[in-house]
Amino acid sequence: MLEFLLSLLVLTGASFAFIGSLGLIRLKDLYTRLHGPTKATTLGVGSLLIASAIYFSTYSEQISLHEFLITIFLFITAPVSAHLLAKAALHLGLPSLAEIPEAEEAGQTEMTGTAQTGATEAFEKNERIGSENASPGEKARPEKSESITKTPGTPDQTRP
Amino acid sequence: MLAISIQIAFALVAAAVAMSFWRLLRGPDAPNRILALDTLYINTIAILVLLGIHLGSALFFEAALLIALMGFIGTVALCKYLLRGDIIE
Repeated sequence: MLEFLLSLLVLTGASFAFIGSLGLIRLKDLYTRLHGPTKATTLGVGSLLIASAIYFSTYSEQISLHEFLITIFLFITAPVSAHLLAKAALHLGLPSLAEIPEAEEAGQTEMTGTAQTGATEAFEKNERIGSENASPGEKARPEKSESITKTPGTPDQTRP
Repeated sequence: MLAISIQIAFALVAAAVAMSFWRLLRGPDAPNRILALDTLYINTIAILVLLGIHLGSALFFEAALLIALMGFIGTVALCKYLLRGDIIE
């Protein structure tokens, strides 16, 4: 039973690591490539480390807790390095698969009733802010729209 | 059963290392290569943990911890270099 659990954990971890590196090859641009390794690989290594902790706690005399040190360290540092990588990529202006949204649509999301020229101005301003204060992916977008309250709408901060 | 699944896991993680190494060689620009190095050190930790279970020795955890620490510091330093043109300013 224990051996079954251990081999399940080991196989799950190894296949997650494999899928993460497969995503590194198959995905098209850097912003989507960030998704594969940082999530799948830490999950894979996490389950491998849990398997190792169970193994060494049962087959040796004392409880083994080194593994959780590595797990906690990896879980803390993986988002930090992904954030810094996305920041560096936005700073260098790498090409992205996502299209730049229409300025009119960006104005309608917040319902401020401004004309289209105001929306395009806000779009350019946001673009400038996005190049300095870059944040990756979709998670950071609502937080960004709160921080910049004056501008109507927050368009996608990707480059052509 | 555990021995066989550890062999399969070794094969899977070795394929993962090969794929991230391919991205490291091929990657069109610097952030792609940094991402490949990041994946490579995490896969190395996976191989070390698997080797620890396979050989039944707890000696490999210090090595895995050191690789995790140094890999994170390396990624942060390379990203800072790309962002600011300098590491410590």
